[in-house]
Amino acid sequence: MENKQELITRLKEQIIRQLKLDDKKPEDIGDHDPLFVEGLGLDSIDALELIVLLQQEYQIKLKNAEEGQDVFRSVSTMADYILDHQNAAH
Amino acid sequence: MRNGIIVKDDTVVFRNNEKGGVFLKEAYEGLGVDYPRFYKMDLLSKAGTVAVDALLKGSMDLAAARPETTGLVFSNRNASIEADVQYLEASKEYPSPALFVYTLPNIVIGEISIRYKFKGENAFFVSETFDADWMHWYVTDLMQRNLLKTCICGWIDAIGDRLDVCLFLVEAGAAAGAAFTTENLNGIYNKDYGK
Repeated sequence: MENKQELITRLKEQIIRQLKLDDKKPEDIGDHDPLFVEGLGLDSIDALELIVLLQQEYQIKLKNAEEGQDVFRSVSTMADYILDHQNAAH
Repeated sequence: MRNGIIVKDDTVVFRNNEKGGVFLKEAYEGLGVDYPRFYKMDLLSKAGTVAVDALLKGSMDLAAARPETTGLVFSNRNASIEADVQYLEASKEYPSPALFVYTLPNIVIGEISIRYKFKGENAFFVSETFDADWMHWYVTDLMQRNLLKTCICGWIDAIGDRLDVCLFLVEAGAAAGAAFTTENLNGIYNKDYGK
């Protein structure tokens, strides 16, 4: 299983690809930068894309919409959520 | 904004050899626009964001502007075809919501309104060429009926490498600047700004 930093790097590449942020590079996104409003400036439409990303790439379905606010706070919180699910599955 | 240059009031404010989206990214950084949503926008909205930033910077007192009477009226030839095609192609694999939201030309108005909190009347018209008569009539009507005190209007077209943007800041009772006339709109739009 990959460690958190490896997962964060992969997540940044996947977010750029999923959201078509063609002008951005992984290093432009800070691990703890807010994904919404500030930081990457994402909105509720992009939240849908991130939900799809979790389902397609990690086979994780969010239990409810409120959960997304904490999960998608930053790339780091997304990585924590994915690792928690992977650990629970093993 | 045309042929690799951005001109404001006859002064070149940005010049670059790049085209299309790369030119806009360079202009965004070069002009210090600083609006993170830029990176997720389609080509048309990126062009509008950069052009309006250049238009308003130092020319409009945003703190004094009344959101309810500040509006936007744009027109272009190619509507949102750039985003439409990108969405169509992407849909073969997955219908992306992030691309779908840009498949209307008036989304550029929404992006600008969100940024500056403008809430006034707005419209986006599609026509073969820049129709100064119509633009003048429509904006004048909105202002004569006191629906708007300030209007950002003009032509904003973006497809592939080709950017063609010519915007006007129209203010009721403005003490300075050119008169808002069809002749001035045509003269400014058709002027050869070179490279």
